[in-house]
Amino acid sequence: MRRGRGTISPVSLIATRGLTKNFPQVVALDSLTIDVGAGVTGLVGANGAGKSTLIKILLGLLPASSGSATVLDLDVVRQATQIRSRVGYMPEHDCLPPDVSATELIVHLARISGLPPDAARERSADVLRHVGLAEERYRPIGGYSTGMRQRVKLAQAIVHDPELVFLDEPTNGLDPLGRDDMLALIRRIGTEFGIAVLVTSHLLGELERTSDNIVVIDAGRLLRASSTAEFTQVTGALTVEVQDPDSGANPRDRLGHALAAQGLQVAPAGGLLRVDIVDESTYDIVRDQVAELGLGLVRIEQTRHRIEDIFIADATVEGVPDGDPA
Amino acid sequence: MAIPPEPEARRSVIHDIGYRKYDGIRLGEGYTWRTLYDLGLRHCYGLGRAAKYKVLPMLMLAIMLIPALIIVGVQVIVDLGEQVLPYSRYSVIMLMVISIFVAVQAPALISRDLRYRVLTLYLARPLRLDTYVYARVAALASGLFILTGLPLLVLYVGSLLSGLSPGSETVDVLGGLGGAAILSVVLACGSAVVAATTTRRGFAIAAIITALVMSYTIVATVQGIADEQGNTDVAGYAGLFSPFTLVDGIQVALFDTEASTSAGPPGAVGGLVFIAFAIVLVVGCMLVLLRRYRKLAGR
Repeated sequence: MRRGRGTISPVSLIATRGLTKNFPQVVALDSLTIDVGAGVTGLVGANGAGKSTLIKILLGLLPASSGSATVLDLDVVRQATQIRSRVGYMPEHDCLPPDVSATELIVHLARISGLPPDAARERSADVLRHVGLAEERYRPIGGYSTGMRQRVKLAQAIVHDPELVFLDEPTNGLDPLGRDDMLALIRRIGTEFGIAVLVTSHLLGELERTSDNIVVIDAGRLLRASSTAEFTQVTGALTVEVQDPDSGANPRDRLGHALAAQGLQVAPAGGLLRVDIVDESTYDIVRDQVAELGLGLVRIEQTRHRIEDIFIADATVEGVPDGDPA
Repeated sequence: MAIPPEPEARRSVIHDIGYRKYDGIRLGEGYTWRTLYDLGLRHCYGLGRAAKYKVLPMLMLAIMLIPALIIVGVQVIVDLGEQVLPYSRYSVIMLMVISIFVAVQAPALISRDLRYRVLTLYLARPLRLDTYVYARVAALASGLFILTGLPLLVLYVGSLLSGLSPGSETVDVLGGLGGAAILSVVLACGSAVVAATTTRRGFAIAAIITALVMSYTIVATVQGIADEQGNTDVAGYAGLFSPFTLVDGIQVALFDTEASTSAGPPGAVGGLVFIAFAIVLVVGCMLVLLRRYRKLAGR
């Protein structure tokens, strides 16, 4: 199943082996084996793919049906308490009481993590500043916007300076600007703060810029695990639109055949062509073939990745697929 | 590197010292327990919460103290020669105030974390579920003990000021405080179970207040009828079924006080039955509560 090679850093912060979780109605995790190293790792999957279930098992909050898992080399069943003192967790759902201020909540939770009172106060002020909560941190949380709430949730996850932090859908409910801020903050946590991050999302695109590695799961199974760079390289595709200024006779398929003859993976996508990028030369081949056929190049652009692309990539048969009249 | 000074930069400078690691000590479960307990107890009286949450518990505490203060006032002015109101009877007389307090504060401590799912944030930390549950119930019981015990101390001080025998008053007030402590534990455990079954505050408040007031009314009615028919055993044992009369019966058995109801526990056996019943009730409630939380933890 795993396709990436040499992409996962040698030290595994999270390792699962044949991890399975059956709920009465569904199989949430199906024999999942993954390794997660330092830096920022994106865990991508559609809603219900098993992302939150995986995190709960890793925190020792939910027992697995079978298989095993370790976090920071600690067993999730036997050493859950030790794990929880060294990791942080930002849940997907709302989890903040409305009747206390952010400062009070964060100080309290820092103490619950074992920090003495003075250290708890100091670090709370620090992390609230880092996540960008200013004066409002003294007001009751009940009056906060979604963006502010997400920041408070993030602050409580890192207030005790964990070695690893689980962020479950941190961009949920944020507007585009808030989303960018949150992703930048996550990037900082993974690099500048030196805390390893496992961040989930149902959007592959938004994690591409943030993560060093990407793990994609679907229906509780591993679909793909590799570095973000390799990911882009392998699944990168071009969208090409051409028109024939002379006859107008199906320029899309004429170019498609020409590119396939050059050994490229081509698929029709509506009136457009989707060309898999092998390397830099792919762009040249497309340009040359368009010129050779005397077609007009309307546009050539890198396709935006979505999880669906990976499903398609896994399911497609070699060669020029259907929709081709040849 | 020399950067030409810009007016903007000179006006306000933010020194970003960057992220600082924490290498200090991390304290263990005892400290965590105390932290949870302290905050729970403070929240019992709305301290640290928004202003509107302080009103009711503080008001209830004030109402609890008013009769004691009046009695003390009268005692000091007019020499009555004896304690007007036995310490052991104070809680039964003020049961409505105590019921309102516990009905509002049990959900504040228990249902709140479930409703807003704050429990998740606790469980993701190095804190055992049992520790969390015990700390919460202990905080509620302590909050109740302040409510039920403080008026007794006021009465005690008043009785000393008015020149009653310090020896017998001290013995009596200690018995009263013992009863108040038992009542606080029984009420905290019972109301915590109700509060943990629902995330809806209003529902929990109504359920707790109804259970406490109804059970007392039924017990009083049954005792009245049984007493009239001369059936003192039935009248006595009926007291088991309301927390207030149950604890009153235990006070009769342990501290040799006079029953606040028409019939106390019948004889020495009756006293033991009352004590055993209270223990079973508290242990049972805690087991139910822990089971409930284990179920919630996986969600």
